[in-house]
Amino acid sequence: MADSFDQIFIRAKQWLLSPISGRAPDWLIQVASSLLNIAALLGVFLTLFALISVLERKILGRMQNRYGPNRVGPFGLFQPVADGIKMLIKEDIVPARADKIVHFLAPVLIAATAILALGVIPYGRNMTPFIIDGGILFFFAVGSTTELAVFMAGWGSNNKFSMLGAMRAIAQMISYELPLIITVLPVVMIVGSLNPDKIVGAQAAYSFGFMPHWFVFTPWGAAAFILFFVSGLVESNRTPFDVPEGESEIVAGHMTEYSGFKYATFFMAEYIGMFAISGLGVTLFLGGWHAPIHFLEFIPSYVWFFVKLSILLFVYIWLRGTLPRTRVDQIMNFAWKFMLPMAFTCFIAAAVWHYTGRGLRGWLWSLAVIAVVYFTLSLLLDTRRKFAPRTYRFAE
Amino acid sequence: MSTVAFAAIAILTLAAALAAATLQKLMHAALSFAVMFVGISGFFFLFGAEFVGLVQIFVYIGAVAVLIVFTILLTRHDVGKVRDFKWSGVFVAVAVFGGLVWAISKTKSLSIVPQQIKPVTVQRIGELLMTNYVWPLLCVGVLLTAALIGALILVMEEKS
Repeated sequence: MADSFDQIFIRAKQWLLSPISGRAPDWLIQVASSLLNIAALLGVFLTLFALISVLERKILGRMQNRYGPNRVGPFGLFQPVADGIKMLIKEDIVPARADKIVHFLAPVLIAATAILALGVIPYGRNMTPFIIDGGILFFFAVGSTTELAVFMAGWGSNNKFSMLGAMRAIAQMISYELPLIITVLPVVMIVGSLNPDKIVGAQAAYSFGFMPHWFVFTPWGAAAFILFFVSGLVESNRTPFDVPEGESEIVAGHMTEYSGFKYATFFMAEYIGMFAISGLGVTLFLGGWHAPIHFLEFIPSYVWFFVKLSILLFVYIWLRGTLPRTRVDQIMNFAWKFMLPMAFTCFIAAAVWHYTGRGLRGWLWSLAVIAVVYFTLSLLLDTRRKFAPRTYRFAE
Repeated sequence: MSTVAFAAIAILTLAAALAAATLQKLMHAALSFAVMFVGISGFFFLFGAEFVGLVQIFVYIGAVAVLIVFTILLTRHDVGKVRDFKWSGVFVAVAVFGGLVWAISKTKSLSIVPQQIKPVTVQRIGELLMTNYVWPLLCVGVLLTAALIGALILVMEEKS
């Protein structure tokens, strides 16, 4: 019974493919199967996007002591429909001096890369849309093309604000790609595979029937997960790292000259990117689609995946409601002086954990490594100012 | 099937390369250069070399293309200037192409039918890098670190 619920989507796909399977040539079946996967991915994640966009406004409203959207439909839940219609019927403005082709292609490219990255994440048992040996590598390779899309948006608009926003975005994305990828490395090293399914499989066991072997429960995994999450915040340009589109400084950054549906595409790509990076975080550190306690495994695997994903997304929104925007130089300093050394430390701590036997002893040793480096770094980077006349660095 | 895919990717790659060579605006040329890199990584995927294909996207689109567009952005160039056509360039290109075709057709090792080799998986590449090729890997690592430190020294502010 539990198994049939778990595999219900696989069965549905087999049923949909049954009219052509066995009769049509192999490549046709493959194409049809891929198209079904793509349709399912788009359906699920565009719905999630609509849902999250209204939930974010509700939660932010709650945190800021106001109502949030509550006019359209029950509890304002139909707000995304209204927003979508509004975006569709808005005039599409292209600046006269813009580079028309590049200006048009930028939102297309940014949405395509964001959606491609979703393809390699295992959403449940046997539910990886695109099975590839180097799945993690695929994720980051696709993600790295986002920078080019952002640049195209900034350059194609022929606007100073757009260009400044694009420069800021690329600077911070390149800087944080380093810690992001290096925090993934320990997991890849311990599992010995770049395949997301194998990484999920390596976290499947339970100690004493209730303690899952997720990597986030090891010292190096916990540290790497926090670093990964912060880097993910930066990569998806979310508050407190939203300087690329800081509306109080540079209007809307690289999206300044976009209106109507093209703007909506950028907006969507940002959210899809957020889903993808959170999904990868769940896969790498939070045990993927496995249940937190063994006897809860009867609940279908995809439910667990989306529960974990929603928790991470809530933290994203929570941070947005809590933290103010950081300065550009603060972001850069944080990346190179703190994130990068800590990411390397996670790498070493994972090696220590492995060679001291992956048990309690390894746990303590790797905790010691991380703690020593953390305290040394915090001593070295201590910038507490002594009381002195105020000096201006950037506003002389 | 794979012949059709090969033809499609080849046309895309060649068209993008031609566009990169002939487009009037420098930025358009740089962006079509990036499209050509996508085509080349498509070839690697088609031939089953997943890892190289992914690294191709990673390095050439994520880093080299961004570097090129930044170089164009940050250096002075005349926006309205029309790139003039030089016949000498065509001559050099034809000469290089002819030379390569001649060299390849003369190569004897190509006529031997290659033996069936094991597919190159990411796993195998990783194992080889950590065993047979660990010294070259370490040397490349040291070289890249030196380059990184050199770049930092170049851009470091001198405190007066």
